[in-house]
Amino acid sequence: MTQTNATKYGMVIDLDKCTGCGACMVACYSENNVPFKKDESNKLDSINWIRVFKISNRKPYPDTEVCYLPMPCMHCGGIGDHGHSPCVSVCPATATDYDHSTGIVSQIYTRCFGCRYCMAACPYHARKFNWWDPVWPGDMEKYLSPNVSARMRGVVEKCSFCFHRYQLAKDRAYHEGRHQEPLGENEYQPACVESCPAGAMTFGDLNNPKHAVYTLKKNPHAFRLLERLQTNPKVYYISSREWVRRAGDNYLSHEETGSIKRAAANHH
Amino acid sequence: MSTTDQHHAAAETGQDKTPLPPAEPKPTADENTPWIIGFFFVAGLVGSLIFGWIIFPELLYSKKQQPISFNHAVHMDLVYDGCASCHYFRDDGSFSGLPDNSSCIDCHQVAMGVSEDEEKYVTEYVDQNREVPWLSHPRQPDCVFFSHAAHVKGAGMDCAECHGDVSKRTESRVYQENRLSGYSRDIWGYSISRLGKPAEGEPKTMKMNDCARCHQAETGHKGACFQCHK
Ligand code: HEC
Ligand code: HEC
Ligand code: HEC
Ligand code: HEC
Ligand code: HEC
Repeated sequence: MTQTNATKYGMVIDLDKCTGCGACMVACYSENNVPFKKDESNKLDSINWIRVFKISNRKPYPDTEVCYLPMPCMHCGGIGDHGHSPCVSVCPATATDYDHSTGIVSQIYTRCFGCRYCMAACPYHARKFNWWDPVWPGDMEKYLSPNVSARMRGVVEKCSFCFHRYQLAKDRAYHEGRHQEPLGENEYQPACVESCPAGAMTFGDLNNPKHAVYTLKKNPHAFRLLERLQTNPKVYYISSREWVRRAGDNYLSHEETGSIKRAAANHH
Repeated sequence: MSTTDQHHAAAETGQDKTPLPPAEPKPTADENTPWIIGFFFVAGLVGSLIFGWIIFPELLYSKKQQPISFNHAVHMDLVYDGCASCHYFRDDGSFSGLPDNSSCIDCHQVAMGVSEDEEKYVTEYVDQNREVPWLSHPRQPDCVFFSHAAHVKGAGMDCAECHGDVSKRTESRVYQENRLSGYSRDIWGYSISRLGKPAEGEPKTMKMNDCARCHQAETGHKGACFQCHK
């Protein structure tokens, strides 16, 4: 049931606006019941659905520049958007799957048995493994969101584009008798996008001309990460700085910036 | 192996009328052995069937009573708005589920009747401003997202299609909890073999397969994982 004009939710992140404050990460932790650890500096053990990386042009002072790169799950559609995402195609349990009606890659924790094949397949490190059962300090367990099921030891988790917010928005649409129409742009927005104080993140239906992301993704400075792999991600980045756009892919020294993006566009 | 053993047994007891193969050395085992094996086999089989179909389900589910027994039939004649007087949709489309005291105190400030349950409800809950810790029969596992709005408003389904005819119940049902998973028995259903249909008026079983079967029939597809999971 692949439809060309089906809803395809995606995100555009303007890296020129991102200040690296980390509000998106905090919002995500509390929205999605993401367990945090005493020592979050131990990156082998820490879990996050969106992570802000810091990249630099590696030039000596005074030419040094840095850029902050927020990375949620890219919700790859694979070549031709047929749902052949790296993680989906390797999962032996169908615990992760591609939803053709929204373009979102789902993760069902109760189905996952923790082989971590998907983590090896994901080129973006979007997936994290629960080495331990989550421990919530004090009575925090009572404050967990009932809209997102909590995870247990031995399963993989990742960003869902706050899919539960879509479910709740659909509930309202059913109640108001407008479930046949597509949801409005503001009805469904992930927590990270809402929390961004710089307005660097935009979210919506990439196939709907009325949504801001539809136009933003066509910005000449827009790119996606590792497009050479043809994963067809749904998270776009915009940067006016050429070195940032180059850092987004594995360019060879003789290749012109943007050439990979153009080659990938011919494929899709 | 066992078939040849049986063949020998049949041959020795003379029941086999077909020409015998050339005589073999007489088996050393006692002549009754096959009968004893057969007896223990049948006894074991019957025993395990009894255990699996009758004793195991009894052991698997613990039984609990609601804190107070609620009489749906009595109330259906008293309320103005039918089921929605107590189980209603909020403005954001979410479903209120089991009622809290706010649905009851308009009538139950003081006990009106002679029923023990009402007395208990007023003195232990209303007077002390406590909510009743109702046990939820239809409640799904934590990972499941279910939308009443989609079914009741979207598909125009009747409550009874899934929950059975609640309006005729005069007392709360016994709540049965799976000791291993902690889930309500309503989800698996009361037939351990899951064959046949629940009796008229009884709630439908609600395993993932049951949801998917109706979705396939009504909407043409079973739905993506994230439709029903969260
Ligand atoms: C006056 C309030 C009230 C009204 C009206 C009411 N209910 Fe209930 N309902 C309750 C309470 C209290 C419970 C919890 C006690 C129990 O489970 O018996 C409950 C429980 C339920 C349950 C879960 C228990 C089970 O056995 O599955 C269902 C389903 C239900 N009601 C459906 C209905 C339907 C359908 C109607 C309309 C025909 C209705 N109710 C009308 C108060 C009400
Ligand atoms: C419209 C008014 C009204 C509302 C609303 C209402 N009740 Fe009642 N309830 C009554 C009346 C009248 C009786 C019958 C008293 C009698 O004759 O015994 C009754 C009886 C009862 C009984 C005893 C039933 C029996 O016969 O076993 C219980 C328990 C009870 N109600 C609980 C509740 C709860 C809990 C709620 C809220 C979910 C509720 N009621 C809402 C009017 C109401
Ligand atoms: C398509 C089947 C279906 C229909 C139709 C349906 N329900 Fe339900 N109902 C369910 C399921 C499944 C659950 C469990 C939901 C969950 O755990 O999130 C449930 C849960 C409930 C509960 C318990 C909620 C709780 O807090 O645990 C009540 C009460 C209830 N339904 C009443 C109703 C009433 C009243 C109607 C009619 C207006 C109705 N249902 C229509 C399937 C249905
Ligand atoms: C008797 C039939 C029936 C059963 C049983 C049933 N459903 Fe549905 N469900 C439907 C129909 C029909 C729709 C489509 C409503 C529409 O869009 O008009 C639907 C829609 C939904 C939706 C909304 C889909 C969307 O696109 O937003 C969800 C979620 C859902 N069902 C979950 C469940 C779950 C979970 C169960 C089992 C506990 C279940 N359903 C059992 C008939 C059923
Ligand atoms: C039509 C609704 C629906 C869809 C679509 C659906 N599920 Fe479910 N699923 C349920 C319900 C309801 C339950 C709980 C009842 C049960 O255990 O069967 C459940 C239970 C499960 C469980 C067992 C969880 C537990 O705690 O017992 C797993 C694992 C699961 N689903 C995985 C999946 C996967 C993977 C997909 C997509 C391929 C999927 N489900 C699609 C409704 C659905």
